[in-house]
Amino acid sequence: MAAAPQSPRLTEQVSEDPLLVVEDLRTHFKVEAGMVKAVDGVSFTLDRGKTLGIVGESGSGKTVLARSIMRLNVSPNAITTGSVRYNGEELVGKSAKQMQKLWGVEMAMVFQDPMTSLNPLVKVGRQLTEHLRYHLGVSKKEARLNAIELLKSVRIPEPENRFGVYPHEMSGGMRQRVCIASALACGPKMLFADEPTTALDVTVQHQILNLLQKQQEDRFMTMILVTHDLGVVAGRTDDIAVMYAGRMVEKAPTKHLFADMRHPYTEALFRSIPKTSNPKHTRLSAIAGRPPDLINPPPGCKFSPRCPYVQDRCRSEEPQPQPAAAPGHSFSCHFPVGTPESRAAFDANFEAGLPQTLAAAGEIVATEELVETSGAVN
Amino acid sequence: MAGSGKAHLRTDAENLLQVEDLTVEFPIGKDRVVYAVSGISFDIRKGETLGLVGESGCGKSTTGKAILQLPRPTSGSVKLRGQELTELEGQELRAKRTDLQMIFQDPISSLNPRRRIGEVVGEPLRVWDSGSDEEHWEKISAMLDAVGLDPDVARYKHPHEFSGGQCQRISIARALVMEPDLIICDEPVSALDVSVQAQILNMLEDLKIKYGLTLVFIAHDLAVVKNISDRVAVMYLGKMCELSESDELYANPAHPYTNLLMESTPVPDPLAVIDDSMLSEGDLPSPMNPPSGCRFRTRCHLADEICERAEPQMQRINDNHYVACHHPLVDVAEVEVAVGN
Repeated sequence: MAAAPQSPRLTEQVSEDPLLVVEDLRTHFKVEAGMVKAVDGVSFTLDRGKTLGIVGESGSGKTVLARSIMRLNVSPNAITTGSVRYNGEELVGKSAKQMQKLWGVEMAMVFQDPMTSLNPLVKVGRQLTEHLRYHLGVSKKEARLNAIELLKSVRIPEPENRFGVYPHEMSGGMRQRVCIASALACGPKMLFADEPTTALDVTVQHQILNLLQKQQEDRFMTMILVTHDLGVVAGRTDDIAVMYAGRMVEKAPTKHLFADMRHPYTEALFRSIPKTSNPKHTRLSAIAGRPPDLINPPPGCKFSPRCPYVQDRCRSEEPQPQPAAAPGHSFSCHFPVGTPESRAAFDANFEAGLPQTLAAAGEIVATEELVETSGAVN
Repeated sequence: MAGSGKAHLRTDAENLLQVEDLTVEFPIGKDRVVYAVSGISFDIRKGETLGLVGESGCGKSTTGKAILQLPRPTSGSVKLRGQELTELEGQELRAKRTDLQMIFQDPISSLNPRRRIGEVVGEPLRVWDSGSDEEHWEKISAMLDAVGLDPDVARYKHPHEFSGGQCQRISIARALVMEPDLIICDEPVSALDVSVQAQILNMLEDLKIKYGLTLVFIAHDLAVVKNISDRVAVMYLGKMCELSESDELYANPAHPYTNLLMESTPVPDPLAVIDDSMLSEGDLPSPMNPPSGCRFRTRCHLADEICERAEPQMQRINDNHYVACHHPLVDVAEVEVAVGN
């Protein structure tokens, strides 16, 4: 692809080391009411050319995690600790100025809202040539050719004509293609896609996901796909990490995760999705309550106030990650799904009329107050 | 796509709502017109949920609002219990609207941030109901209780003290308090997390049984619509493509557009095969200048010359399933070309 002719990767020896090693990463935001622990002790590694899906509800910390890795949390009240090694290089502690050498060239991000992530006053072409000229130092003419080539590669019809239009003249799907082209312009090794299709229609979502997958394969990119939709990550990722309250509660190769969910939160997320394969009026299994307050999270397991399997131990002792049967599969839970202990716990809770257990069984309970009330106890 | 014809309308018993040839057009200056809804017809029985699905810009929300006469349709007929709404004016129309209620997509911005929940839910009663404040509060608290909120706690709180899911429950309570005949739900769960979405969907099903509600459920998520609807109408660019009982629709989609929507829906199963054969690269054409004949033809892989020339009419596949397509994906039992109007 002509757009990245200087891509160093073509000549570089492909190393066997993981591209990204994250260790005990924490991002806290200082606010008036205290510290918001948005990301609280996340560790994982990501091999070259692989795609990792990060799923969770709003407020689970998935976006902040992606931004912390890229060091896009620039506000002065954000405090990031821990370690992020990208290609052996430590990123935590780098300033925005130092990161500029990496942004675009080594790592790039596609954002959720294609309507607002392009500058409305700048023509599409210049939004693509800008970083080509800055990072790769190519001439104006060459940058234009590269940009048109890029537009072609993201399958924008009539790329020569589209070069000179403003973002508002394009549809949402087309704009997201431009955003992807812009992210790919300098041939990054690592692409972050933060809910890239959430603002788009389902037919366009399918096109964009196909495009991302194809570009990832063609360019041997490493990708992190952040989404709230388990359906989106199911067919498109090698591994999935499930986040809750700033932690990775379960991580597994995609096929293992769906075949053998161990964490109650993963199971609950999966079961609350309506599926077209079910007959109409199927009772949905809901998750009671809502994500915890990240300033004063509950003690013990953070999911315990909403967990249908919760036992006394969960409320006091925080579970640590433990390996599951399949390689690469780990989870943090005292009563993992599928064990006799968890079944007994569920039955006991159901007997006792615990609201979250009833909700999981599809019964309607007035539960949204639940987290607040149980949070007030401690 | 099609969408004209009325072969799918039911005549064997009384319909709560009957919409015929509903057309909504918005003039946008310089003789240009947005053809938002172009002649759709459907009916709803009491206690039934009709799902409306389609991409953004297909006219599903406009259809919902046109039932309420907000805005008034350009032409066509909307009958509630046999009474023509398009002919009502002023006070008569306002009074009739109490039988129709709406739940909006964004639960937080659809509640007045400066009002307390008791006032928000009670406002329709204050305007229309002659009862005393105590009688009103009785109704309000019954409704708040029905949507799973503690009436005494919620009464004096403001909307910002509630989460998105709770605000949606409040909106539902407000819609229910007038005991309407029909509730139009315009994407009521698309702004919510999947976990909260399940709570709201289950609750709507319960309320539907408890209060005998009739719903028009507008959404873009096919799985959500299937779950809650008895019948589903698929819309494209202001026209209706297919109308069917929901299990039947998902088992045997007859319109290529329905099929495209289904194939595009991501399935939470890593072993599911991603089928691209039906994938269309195109975007929705402009509703200012819709294609001739079948409006879907520019994105349809089955389109041929007849699709360009003639607009397909609703045809019967079986009693519960109708499609407007020249090349339906299932056999049309008896070709029953409806005579236009």
